[in-house]
Amino acid sequence: MNPSAAPASYLDDGHTLRSWLFTTDHKRIAILYIGAITFFFFVGGFAAFLIRYNLLSPKGLIGSAETYNRLFSMHGILMVWFFLVPAVPVTLGNFLAPLMLGARDLAFPRLNLLSWYLFMVAGVVALYAVVGGGVDTGWTFYTPLTSFYSKGHVIAAVVAIFIAGFSSIATGLNFIVTIHKLRAPGMTWYRMPVFLWSLYATSVILVLATPVLAMTLLLLAFERIFGIGVFDPKIGGDPLLFQHLFWFYSHPAVYVMILPGFGVISEIIPAFSRKELFGYKFVVWASIAIAVIGFLVWGHHMFVAGTSLFSALVFSLLSYMVAVPSAIKVFNWIGTMHKGYIHFDAPMLYAIGFIGLFTTGGLTGLFLAALAADVHLTQTYFVVAHFHYVMVGGMVSAYFAGIHFWWPKMTGRLYPEMWGRAGAIIIFVGFNLTFFPQFLLGYLGMPRRYFAYPQHFEALNLLSSAGALTLAVGYILPLGYLTWSLFYGERASANPWGATGLEWTTPSPPPTENFAVTPIVTEEPYQYRQAETVNHE
Amino acid sequence: MSDAEAHEFQFGSAERQHEAAISGMWLFLATEALFFGPIFLSWIYARHADPSAFDAGSRHTALMIGLTNTGLLLASSFTYSVGLACIAFGSRRGMVIWLAIAWALGAAFIGLKFGVEWRMDLKEGLFPGPNFAIHGPARSGAQLFFAFYFFGTALHGLHLVVGLGLVAWIIFQAERFTAERHSPVRVVGLYWTFIDIIWLVLFPLIYLIGRAS
Repeated sequence: MNPSAAPASYLDDGHTLRSWLFTTDHKRIAILYIGAITFFFFVGGFAAFLIRYNLLSPKGLIGSAETYNRLFSMHGILMVWFFLVPAVPVTLGNFLAPLMLGARDLAFPRLNLLSWYLFMVAGVVALYAVVGGGVDTGWTFYTPLTSFYSKGHVIAAVVAIFIAGFSSIATGLNFIVTIHKLRAPGMTWYRMPVFLWSLYATSVILVLATPVLAMTLLLLAFERIFGIGVFDPKIGGDPLLFQHLFWFYSHPAVYVMILPGFGVISEIIPAFSRKELFGYKFVVWASIAIAVIGFLVWGHHMFVAGTSLFSALVFSLLSYMVAVPSAIKVFNWIGTMHKGYIHFDAPMLYAIGFIGLFTTGGLTGLFLAALAADVHLTQTYFVVAHFHYVMVGGMVSAYFAGIHFWWPKMTGRLYPEMWGRAGAIIIFVGFNLTFFPQFLLGYLGMPRRYFAYPQHFEALNLLSSAGALTLAVGYILPLGYLTWSLFYGERASANPWGATGLEWTTPSPPPTENFAVTPIVTEEPYQYRQAETVNHE
Repeated sequence: MSDAEAHEFQFGSAERQHEAAISGMWLFLATEALFFGPIFLSWIYARHADPSAFDAGSRHTALMIGLTNTGLLLASSFTYSVGLACIAFGSRRGMVIWLAIAWALGAAFIGLKFGVEWRMDLKEGLFPGPNFAIHGPARSGAQLFFAFYFFGTALHGLHLVVGLGLVAWIIFQAERFTAERHSPVRVVGLYWTFIDIIWLVLFPLIYLIGRAS
């Protein structure tokens, strides 16, 4: 090979199917993951669309409450475990972590590939559960419904989540070791981009919480298969124990679904405000604080499940405490934009939308953390609206923001900017139209997971379904223009946004080994003021 | 390929690669601790709710086999450590011998546990269900105890079988390792001894606590 020629990009390093399916390149694995989670996003989204279709009429349009139960269960299971939990870490995280660190790959590239295969096997089993008749238990699998009474494919769904869990563990473990051991010379902890800190906090949760879910699901499967087990009150077991163990995973997992989003937003806001991130250390330690406190709040899912008043009070108080680091982040992003030179490109539009939607979701979470309000609001659409504001308004916005921001880096092509902005705005409008009415519905007392509802809720439900249609357009749009840009998009330079960070110092798309020469880091991240001065000279 | 053997391309040095392997295994063991956590937690919680039934269940277990098995596992951890010390001093032959002993002790545990003890338990009708052998007021709680017993020991056994595979893999690859370069031996050793620690929690839960009262 001619040493003076530019090294081949990772996309040109083999064009066979084999070169993709047996790759250990973190960038290619990220692309494999993007394909997989996009698929699950649209399957899960289709289920959501049918849910909204059914609720167009007070009597329900799909004719069967059983089918409806299966639809929302499938929506929840696919969206939580096959989209939200993996979304940013396995795609953007996989692609960017080594690039941002100045490394050539993750610490364990083969483990990384294994995690993708585990994910795919889990996905196939989950689809089998769906196609083979579905699951009617909701994504929470509460016993004794799941262990004795449900007629759905509980075992298949549980096996799918169990396997997907090990994929998560492998990914989290890989990131933690990589961040500890593969930082480029000069890349001290406080010189790392916030995205890496978020990824680190996320990985800690993945590694420590997922095994608990795995064991809980095994115990559940054991109980369902042998008809005897630890959650069965008939022999002295305790169904509440299941809820404790389930939420010990699933509440921290909520932070798995949002922390990487914080990381993405913390990269984008400085880049498009042309300003250093305000209060870097606070943002960083807020991520770690959320990961730690997140482990101590699971009981707030069980205020009305029969736990003691004392434990409810403690969990309520701890839940309020999570709001503090979350608020710190929001203030810091706004502080970054303050007096910045703001560019309203598509990633920034998504990021600004994220701040508003996440804050709404977070503040309504405080209503639910309050004991008295929760008794009224729990199990209503208020809860549904709350977590969709965080998960969809927050995380999905952040995911789209990140995909647009790093699209030139990943593909070497620019996406059409006007389409990007239109998509961001349609998604923002469609999202609010879908979920804001659900806050009102919940406040008025409409319970979640019901197939039919009283006449007087019809208007708000119509609004919500109209919003879902808008949202669907907003989601299909990027699928179209991003795919188009792969073939016809303008070629991207190494750093089309003029952003800081090592990933922008290597060509777009990067060569297989990422950096021709291992970079040496000599300064703090987000030095935008300097970059701006240089541009004006 | 001597360069590639020195360290994989993503690491700056062989030293770094060694550190990554060791820390990766420690982190994996942390996930394993949390994986077994719910069994231990539920077990202790359920016992607390119905101690006399758990005592009744516990008295039907084979203490002597449990004790022997505990000895076997502790001895196998010890012999593994000796094997590790051997390779650290450059004795590949010593490592193979001591690891083979460790493997045999682990295999003996599996044989005793599932070939002898489980068979006795099943013959006695201790598997929970309609034909459960313990009657009276303790019947339902004792079934719960044996649900934990079979579930916990099966899962521990599965981990041990994986461990046997790993130790065998190390033995078959012995010529790869030298006094300076033997990270895999250390990594597998961490896993191998961790399985013992799981057993050291299971052992009192199964055999001892119920007999104490």
